[in-house]
Amino acid sequence: MAAITMNNIIKKYGDGFPAVNDVSLDIADGEFMILVGPSGCGKSTLLRMIVGLEDITSGEMLIGGERVNEKAPRDRNLAMVFQNYALYPHLTVYENIAFPLRLQKTSDTEVKERVNQAAELLELTEHLERKPANLSGGQRQRVAMGRAIVRNAQAFLFDEPLSNLDAKLRGQMRTEISRLQKRLGITTVYVTHDQVEAMTLGDRVAVLRKGLLQQVASPRELYENPVNLFVAGFIGSPPMNFIPATVGEDALHTPFGDVTLPESRSVDLAGKDVVLLGARPESFEDAAVVSDTVRDHGLTFDANIDVIEWLGNEQYAYVPYDAPEDIRNQLAELERELDSEAMRTQLVVSLDATSRIEEASVSALWLDLRKVHVFDPSTGENLTARTATQSTSAPA
Amino acid sequence: MDDQRSTRQKVLWWVAGAAVVVYALFPVAWIFSLSLKSSADLGNQQFLPTSVVWENYEMILAGDAQSLFLSGLRNSIGVSLIATFIAVVLSTFCAYAIARLDFPGKRVILTTALAVAIFPVISIVTPLFNLWRNIGLYDTWPGLIIPYLSLTLPISIWTLSAFFRQIPWELEQAAQVDGATTWQAFRKVIVPLATPGVFTTAIISFFIAWNDFVYGISLTSTESARPVPAALAFFTGASQFEEPAGAIAAAAVIVTIPVVVLVLLFQRQIVSGLTQGAVKG
Repeated sequence: MAAITMNNIIKKYGDGFPAVNDVSLDIADGEFMILVGPSGCGKSTLLRMIVGLEDITSGEMLIGGERVNEKAPRDRNLAMVFQNYALYPHLTVYENIAFPLRLQKTSDTEVKERVNQAAELLELTEHLERKPANLSGGQRQRVAMGRAIVRNAQAFLFDEPLSNLDAKLRGQMRTEISRLQKRLGITTVYVTHDQVEAMTLGDRVAVLRKGLLQQVASPRELYENPVNLFVAGFIGSPPMNFIPATVGEDALHTPFGDVTLPESRSVDLAGKDVVLLGARPESFEDAAVVSDTVRDHGLTFDANIDVIEWLGNEQYAYVPYDAPEDIRNQLAELERELDSEAMRTQLVVSLDATSRIEEASVSALWLDLRKVHVFDPSTGENLTARTATQSTSAPA
Repeated sequence: MDDQRSTRQKVLWWVAGAAVVVYALFPVAWIFSLSLKSSADLGNQQFLPTSVVWENYEMILAGDAQSLFLSGLRNSIGVSLIATFIAVVLSTFCAYAIARLDFPGKRVILTTALAVAIFPVISIVTPLFNLWRNIGLYDTWPGLIIPYLSLTLPISIWTLSAFFRQIPWELEQAAQVDGATTWQAFRKVIVPLATPGVFTTAIISFFIAWNDFVYGISLTSTESARPVPAALAFFTGASQFEEPAGAIAAAAVIVTIPVVVLVLLFQRQIVSGLTQGAVKG
C-alpha cells in the first residue's frame, strides 16, 4: 500500500501531441481516486503511465515516495484490471489467479491458501477448475479482480473494468468493487467515462479534458461546485442546462425572463456582456408544486413544454428555446467535446413525479436561483465557484 | 414439427457426410486393396483381392525395390522435416513481426509471399535444374530443401501471421504487470497461445514438402536425394511386361502412414479457438 504522486506528468507521442499535459496529482494511501473524462482525454494513458506500460515524457511519478519513472511494470508491484480482462485463456481460473504468485516463486501451500482466499472473497470457488472461455462476463471480471487482489500489491489500477458488462451486472460489480476496496483499504486508481461510476465509487474524482486536469474534488464538490463549463457539463445526468443571459443594468436578461441573482450567487459582472447561467435539471420545478416559502427564492416563468418523460419516481420535461447564434455554437462545441450531440438548445427539467404538466402545453416552471451557476462564456470559468478558502472564510 | 424437421436435418447431414467420406476415402481404400492383391489379381476389376497377399510389401521393404523405396523414404523424411523446420522457424519470426510491429514494407512482404505461392512450379523447375547442375546442388538434399522452402514459406507466413493477429497482446502487458519479465511473458503466455498455430503450420508445410513430385523428379537423379513420390515412378515390375501397380500401391499406403500418424499425434495441439475467452468475447 502506498501513496501515488504525480508531478507535472507530460506524455507526448511521436507527432508532438501531448496526450497528457502537465498533470500533477496526489493520491493518498488508501484513497479511491477516479480518473474521468470523455474519450481521448488522456485518462487511460495516465493510468498506463502509472503502471509502467507507457513511458513518461517528462515529469516525475512517485509510488510510495519512490521514483518509478525508469522502473519496469513488474518492479512497481501494482495490480491492474484491464478493460477486456486479459485473462490467460490456456490457464484455469485457479492458475489465472495464481499467476502473479507463481512468478514470485511462492510456495504451493501459500499459493493455494491465498488463491482460495481470493476466490472465496469473489465467490469464484466453484469455478476454480474452469477455463476463462467457459465463464460469463461477470465471472471473467471477477477472475481479473482475483488476479489483482491475490498478491498484496501497492495499489489497484482499473481501466474501465465494467464497460463490457450489461447494465445490471455493471451496477452489481460497481458495488462489489466499492466493498472490496473499502475492505482491503488499498490505494485505487480507477479510469472510467461513466459518470455514475465516477460519482459513486470515488473518494475523489479527477476530471481530465484533452490531457489537462480540470478539477480534482470529491463527487459532491464536483457536482455542486464545478470550476468551469466543462466539468459542469460533464458531471451530472441529464447534464446541466446552460442558459445564455445578457447582462443588464440591474438584472440578467434570459429567454425566460429577467433574473436577479440572490446575494449568495451575485458576482462581479463588470465588463461582461453575456454570461451563461448553469442550472441543473433538479433546480427547476413545476411552479404549481413549489411551496410558497421558497417560491420567492426563484424565478417563475412560462415555458413551452415539448416532451415529457415520466420515469415513475420523477419526470423530465424538455423545453426548447432560441439562443443567439454564437452561444449556440459554443454550446454545440462543448457538447461535442463531451461525446454527445445537441440537436437544439433546450432545457432539460426534472419535475416532481406528481406534477400534472402535460406535453405540448405552456406551463409555469420555477427555477431555484440559489442553485444557479454563472459562467463566463469566453473562458468557461465558473464565476460563482467557491474556492476552498472562500467557502470557509466568507459566509456567503 | 420442430422435431420432425430436426430429424430430417440430421438424416440429411448424415447422408451428405457419408457421401463426402466415401468420395474422399474410396481411392485410399482402393489403393489399400490393390496393395494386397497378387500380381495375377491386379487386373481382375474387383474391389476385394481374391486372396490377401503381402508380396507387394515384401518387395518394397525387403525385395528388389527395397533400395529404391527405403532410400526414397529416408530422403523424403529428412528433406521434408528439415524444410518444415526451417520454414516454421523463419515464418514464426516473420509472422510475429508482421503481426506485432508496424514497419514499412509489411504489405510488400505479404504480397511477395503470395506471389511466390501462386507462381507455377513447373515454370521454375527447368531453370532451377540448370542452375543446380552448375552450382552443384543437383541431386542433393539442400537442392530439394531450398525449392521446398519456396512452397512452404509463403503459406506458413500467411497462416501464422493470421494466427498471431488473433492473439490479444494485452495478455503480454497483463503478464508484465503481474510481475513477469518480457521473456517470461513471452514464454508463459504468448508461446502457449501460439503453439497450436505453429503446429498447424508445421503440419501443413510438412505435407506440402512430403507430397511434392515435380521438384523431386526433376532435381534428383540417384538414390542420394530422390524422395519417395519420385522413387515410385522408378518402380519396375518383375518383367517389363508387368505393371508395378501392386508395389506402387503398397508404397503409397506406407507413405500415407506418417501423415496419418502426424495428424493423430498433433490433433490436440491443432485445437482452434484456444484464445477464446481471453478477452471480453
